[in-house]
Amino acid sequence: MSRALIVVGLLLCAVPARAHKPSDSYLSVRPGHAGLDVRWDIALRDLEQAIGLDADQDGAITWGEVRERQDAIAAYAQSRLQVDADGAACTPGGATLRIDHHTDGAYAVLDYAFACAAAPRQLALRYGLFFDFDAQHRGLLRVVEAGGTRVLLFSADQPTQRIELGAGGGWQSVREFWRSGVWHIWSGTDHLLFLLALLLPAVLRRDARGWHPVGLRPALAATVKVVTAFTLAHSITLSLAAVGAVHAPARWIETGIAASVVLAALNNAYPIFRDGRWLVGFGFGLLHGFGFASVLAAPEVQVGSLLSALLGFNAGVETGQLAVVAAFVPLAFLARRSWFYQRLTLVAGSWLIAAVATVWMLQRAFDLSL
Amino acid sequence: MRRCAIHAAAALVVLLCAAPGRAEPYVPGDDAAVLERLPLAPLDASARRQRELRAELAARPDDLDRAAQLAWLYIRSGRATADPRFYGYAQGVLAPWWHERAAPLPVLVLRATIRQHDHDFAAALDDLAAALRADPTNAQAWLTQAVVQQVRGDYAAARASCLQVLQVASPLVGVICISGVDSLTGNGAASYAALARALQRAPEADPATRIWGLTALAEMAVRLGDAVQAEVHFQAALALGQSDDYLRGAYADFLLDQDRPDAVRALLAGATQSDGLLLRLAIAEARLHAPEAAAHVQMLRERFAAARQRGDRVHRREEARFALLLGDTRAALGLARDNWAVQREAWDARLLLEAAQAAGDPAVAAPVLAFLREHHTEDATLRRVAAGLDERPR
Repeated sequence: MSRALIVVGLLLCAVPARAHKPSDSYLSVRPGHAGLDVRWDIALRDLEQAIGLDADQDGAITWGEVRERQDAIAAYAQSRLQVDADGAACTPGGATLRIDHHTDGAYAVLDYAFACAAAPRQLALRYGLFFDFDAQHRGLLRVVEAGGTRVLLFSADQPTQRIELGAGGGWQSVREFWRSGVWHIWSGTDHLLFLLALLLPAVLRRDARGWHPVGLRPALAATVKVVTAFTLAHSITLSLAAVGAVHAPARWIETGIAASVVLAALNNAYPIFRDGRWLVGFGFGLLHGFGFASVLAAPEVQVGSLLSALLGFNAGVETGQLAVVAAFVPLAFLARRSWFYQRLTLVAGSWLIAAVATVWMLQRAFDLSL
Repeated sequence: MRRCAIHAAAALVVLLCAAPGRAEPYVPGDDAAVLERLPLAPLDASARRQRELRAELAARPDDLDRAAQLAWLYIRSGRATADPRFYGYAQGVLAPWWHERAAPLPVLVLRATIRQHDHDFAAALDDLAAALRADPTNAQAWLTQAVVQQVRGDYAAARASCLQVLQVASPLVGVICISGVDSLTGNGAASYAALARALQRAPEADPATRIWGLTALAEMAVRLGDAVQAEVHFQAALALGQSDDYLRGAYADFLLDQDRPDAVRALLAGATQSDGLLLRLAIAEARLHAPEAAAHVQMLRERFAAARQRGDRVHRREEARFALLLGDTRAALGLARDNWAVQREAWDARLLLEAAQAAGDPAVAAPVLAFLREHHTEDATLRRVAAGLDERPR
C-alpha cells in the first residue's frame, strides 16, 4: 500500500513542485589570480521565452532539448554580461552546462572562467539579461571573497555594478553588524539584568554569617569567569542557530531567558551556586545565544555574508557587554564594604530584578500583557 | 498503523520532491528527462497569439495597439496561472512608454494594473486618475480604481468609484463592487441580500464573474457569522469548475476558522505553486501534526528568502502569517505593522490584531481598532479576535 503511494508520489514529483516567482538569475563571481570564476544560474523558463528550447513544442523541456541548444544558451548569456577589471575587458572561456533547481523550477548552470589582465582590484559588471522582454527581471550578484560575500542587485534601472575587491565591502558589513550587536546588548534589558545578577556578588564572599568583601584579585577572577562562560555559551548557540544547524521556537526561548534572569537573581538571595555562578552563566548563556540569533534571522540581515554578520554581531555583543562590565565592576568594588551595597544593591536589587523578570516570564509564557 | 505508514510515505515523497533544491548542480543522465513544464503549452491558442504579437512587435516596438493587446494577453495569463513572470513580460512590452508620465490611455490603465499587482498603490491611483480624466467611461479603470481604494481602506472613494462602475459596466459587476464596499461599512445584511439578488438575476454571466460574485457573497456570509450559507456559496463557486486561487484561498481560510484542517488538506492537495495556498496547506498540516508540514514550512522559508533577496515587498501579509505559524511573534508584529501601512483588508487587520496579541503588545493594534470602529466594520471573525485583545488586562 505505502510502497504504491511512494511510486505514485515520485511520478507526481518527477518535476519538483515549483513556486510562482518573478524572474531572477543568480550570478556568482569569485575573483582569482588572473581572472574570475563565474557561475550563472539562468531559469530554463526564461531561456525558453528568450531563445526557445522546447523544440517539439509539447510544453515540456527535456535535458535533450537543453543539450541541443547548449551553444545558443552560452552565446546568448555571454552577450548579456560584460566584465571589466581595472578598466580592461575580461574574456570568458568556454562554458560548461549543468542543471540545478531553485524554488521556481529548473535552471541552466553555466560555469565560466573569465581571464583578466591581472588579479582584479576593481570590477565593473554590466548586466543585460532578459530586460528586453521582462522588465521585472533581476540579476542577483554574489561576489565571493575570502573576507566575506556581498550581494548586489541588477535591475533594468540599475544594470551596472562597480565593486572594489579586497578589504572594502566585507569589512564594512562586519562593522555594521558590530554596531548592531552593541546596540542589541545595550537595549536588551533581559540580557543585561542576567549579567548584572551574576556579577552583583562578584565583589563579595558569603559564609554562614553573611556577605564579606573580597580583595581585587578574587573579585576580578569571579568577574572574568562569569563573563567568559556567558560569552562562550551564547557564542556557541548564536553560531549554531545562525547557520541553521539548530532551530528553537522563539516563544520558549524568550520565556527561558526571562526565567534565567529570575533564577540568577534568586541565587543571590538564596545562594545555591556560590562559586559555581559561572556554570549558571554558561548554562543559561546557551539560551541567550538563541535570543541573539533572532536578530540575525531578521529580513534585512539576510543579504550579505553570514560569516561576517556572525563575527561582527558577536564581537559587537561582547564589546557592549564588556563596556557594561567595565562600568559596573569598579563601582561595585569600591562600594562593596558599604551597607548600601551589601543590603540595598545586592539583596533588594536582586529581589527587584527577580520580580521584573517574573513578570516578563509570565507574559512571554502565557502571551499575557500585564 | 496503516494511517501511520501512509503519513510516512507522504512525508518521504515531499522530502524527495524538495531535495533537488539543496543538491549540487548536475548533468542529467537521460536526454528524455523532463526538467521543466511550461505554464502555457506552446500550441495553446493564447501562447500562439502571444508569440505572433511578439514577433510583430520585434519589428515595430512602438506599435501601441499591438503592444496594448499583447500586454493584456500577458496579464490575463498572469491572472489565470497566478504566475508573476507574465506581469514582467507585460511591463516589458510597454517599455517604450513606461517612464512617460503622460502615457497614452491604454498604457495608463495597463500600467496601473501592473503597479497594483506590485502593491505600488499610490502610483496605480495616479495612473487611474489620469486615465479617467482622458476617458470618464472607462469601465476597467473605474473598477481597478475601486478595488485599489478598497484595499487601501478608502471606502468613501471606493464607493464613489463603484457608482461609476454601475453606470458603465454590467449590473452584476456594479453590484459586486458596491455591495463589497457597503458590507464593510456597516451595511452587512442589506449588501448580502443585494448581491444574492443580483447573482440570481444574472445566471448568464460568465463563470469568472460568477465565481467572483459568489466568493464575495460567501465572504459576506462569513463576516455576518453565517457559516452555513458561507459553505453553500463557496461550494456553488467551486462547482463552476474553474481553478481560482483567490476562491480556494478564501475557502481554505473559512475552513481553518471552522477548525476543519482535514478539508483544507483535501482542497489544497498539491497546491504548492502559489505561496498563499501553500501557506494555508502548511497551517492545516501543522494543526493535524502531519509529517508533510515540516517540508512545506521549509519550502515557504526558502521562497520568502528568495523574494527578500530580490527586494520584493509584496508578500508582507503572507510572511506575517507565516511568522505567526512559526511562533516568531516579534517578526510577525513587524511585518503585520508594515503591511497595515500599505493595505487594510480584513486579513491585514486580523494579522495585526493577532500579532499584537501574540507579542503581548495590544497598544500596537490601536490603529486597527480605531479603523474598525470608524467604519462600523461588521465582521464576526475580527470581532472575536479584537475581543480577545480587549480582555487582556493592561
